[in-house]
Amino acid sequence: MDNQELIEKIAFNIVQGRVEAEDEGFDEGLEGQPAVTELVNKALETGVDPKAMVIDGLTRAMEIVGEKFEREEYLIPDMLASAECVGIAMDIMSPHLLKAGVESKGKFVIATVAGDLHDIGKNIVSIMIKGAGYEVIDLGADVPTSVIVQAVKENQAPYLGLSALLTTTMRVMQEVIDKLKEEGLRDNVKVLIGGAPTSQAFVDQIGADVHCKDAFEAIDVLKTKAA
Amino acid sequence: MIDRFREGVMVKPYERLDPEQVKWLDQASMSILNDPGIWCYNEKAAELFKTHGAKVWEEKDKHSICWRVSFPDGLIKEAVAQAPSRFVLGARIPENRLLLDAKVPRVYFGTGSEANIWIETQMQEFMSIEDNGIKCKVPRFKELRGNTSLLSRAARLCERLDHLDFFIRPLNIQDPEITPDNHDVNKFFASLNNITKHVQAGLTTIDGLKDVVRMGEIITGSPEALRENPVVSFITCIFKSPLQVVDDTAEKVFAIVEAGLPLVISSSPQGGSSAPIQEAGMVAQINAEILTGITLTQLIKPGFPVLYGSVPVRARLDDLHDLYGCPEFNQYNIDCAQLARFYNIPCYSTAGVGDAKVPGMQAIFEKLFTHLYMAMSGAQYVHYAFGLLDRTNSFCPVQAVLDNEQIGKIKHCLREPNVNPTAIEDMLKTVKKVMASPYRLYARHVRKAMHAGEVSSPYRFEAKGLEDKVLENALEYMDQLEQQPAAHLESAIVEKIFKEVPGILPNLKQTG
Repeated sequence: MDNQELIEKIAFNIVQGRVEAEDEGFDEGLEGQPAVTELVNKALETGVDPKAMVIDGLTRAMEIVGEKFEREEYLIPDMLASAECVGIAMDIMSPHLLKAGVESKGKFVIATVAGDLHDIGKNIVSIMIKGAGYEVIDLGADVPTSVIVQAVKENQAPYLGLSALLTTTMRVMQEVIDKLKEEGLRDNVKVLIGGAPTSQAFVDQIGADVHCKDAFEAIDVLKTKAA
Repeated sequence: MIDRFREGVMVKPYERLDPEQVKWLDQASMSILNDPGIWCYNEKAAELFKTHGAKVWEEKDKHSICWRVSFPDGLIKEAVAQAPSRFVLGARIPENRLLLDAKVPRVYFGTGSEANIWIETQMQEFMSIEDNGIKCKVPRFKELRGNTSLLSRAARLCERLDHLDFFIRPLNIQDPEITPDNHDVNKFFASLNNITKHVQAGLTTIDGLKDVVRMGEIITGSPEALRENPVVSFITCIFKSPLQVVDDTAEKVFAIVEAGLPLVISSSPQGGSSAPIQEAGMVAQINAEILTGITLTQLIKPGFPVLYGSVPVRARLDDLHDLYGCPEFNQYNIDCAQLARFYNIPCYSTAGVGDAKVPGMQAIFEKLFTHLYMAMSGAQYVHYAFGLLDRTNSFCPVQAVLDNEQIGKIKHCLREPNVNPTAIEDMLKTVKKVMASPYRLYARHVRKAMHAGEVSSPYRFEAKGLEDKVLENALEYMDQLEQQPAAHLESAIVEKIFKEVPGILPNLKQTG
């Protein structure tokens, strides 16, 4: 298998949403065949250019996945499976990309705010954003305000995503924004918020930047509004 | 028996009656058939019953001759035991055949009735008088008289409804050119030329039978092929409740049994007028009526394929019309499904009929009430399930589209549980895998089930905002379905039918 074939195979398996050899794909009969983890490791061993892998493999594959989603051929679990593949490929390639001088699209700190244990939505956003090429620093759920602000500061992150499911915890987002202001960080970070009770009106009320109704909107926002 | 047939849905039957109650009802029916017995207005049937051991005597009636028949238990039991528990209802394509088995609770849904009215639905825009400028769309309904082209349209639409398993002509054809003499050939041809699923109807005249049979033979290729793959079958309501065998319907039973095509022996007494309103009385009486009809078929030809047809209804107590959207309707019907299982005969049952005049919340309430409950009963052949409104008086195509969505969800809901050692082992592996992953999210592992059709979709006609767009969305979807090509018969077959079967209206000559 030459380098180009290997990259194409990685792209194919991302579209299929196969992280490891034992995973089933979208199509039948793929179980047992090498998947993204095995193929990326093999590509690095055989000296495939990691930059080419990102551009011709990962990015192209996610474009195909996006098109399939648009055509309603793929649903959310398919998108997530592919995004997870990209995230894992990026983790494996990360040291090699650094060496090759390839940077991520930017650091994105994400957390569910203090008092709120709900993290499904936050996790989906996290996977999708990582799959879109951002370096995601996921702090988890029920994260104290001080930890969130510290992570933004230490990573000099240009983006912060805050999530809350409860009407009682969404007000903590206000505390995070106030704390960012106190620390002199607010002007350097775009704050994206999401979660069932949040809205654009709430964004305006607490002084955040953007409301995202789902992971797709978050990616769109990163491409346009927050850029 | 056959390897290709419609899947239906296999259910675990919900049984309302315990085995002792089933026996009590069986004994009550036998008791009714013994004393007072039945009033038979057909001499040939009375003779046949007499030949096989029934006590028969002439009864004085105001206008006609009538024979009272008192059955010994054994006659009914022995005859009913000869009816096959398993047979096939054919279709133009093998995948659409139905495999009926009294021992297997595989449930099929289809249309029913022969409504005079077709209800056309259109969304119209209205403006608020309170909040000027605000517009909304509201459904408006128009009644049309049933005719051959509307029946053809109904069949074409029903071909595209994936959860509809069989087609009983839902509309009466009332074109000016239609007479009793050509009614049968036109209703069967309008159906058969537009749908590849099983077609069933009552016979308007006995003379129509030979032409309908010939039509079926041409479609399937030969008389033998038609008996092997009966693309058509018939319904007879032999009893005028309470307990009176109708002369000309009995004649039709003789003719259909001789023709060798499957038959529904149906009875439809009304609790409160032509049967007791109480569950025990209604069910004992309808069961007695159906068993008598089945007995007649088996005395004519032992082993003849027959369905136990139960359509028990209740009277409204304000005007004595039928009342379908009520709990008693379900109770009567589920009891009958249990009795059919007791006698080992496939059950033709009833669901999806109500009192609502137009599609809307009442219609959905009434239909869901019976669709779900009767599917749970495990009755094999559930008619009236698509498009009926205003009891059995109207057929509304968009309602059939809504019913299709509802029945699809019910079929999914009642699927057999996929819980077995292999499934458990797979799931334990998945749990371990997910818990070892960074996000502990199961979404990726939904895919296999999702693509295999094991995961249901959201309600097809939902709206995104604070509005109800069910009818508007259903109409749009119906429009898409109706744009799809019709499943007409091949032109050579249509030509042959027009050549050999007299009386079919020229406007129905459409070919594939």
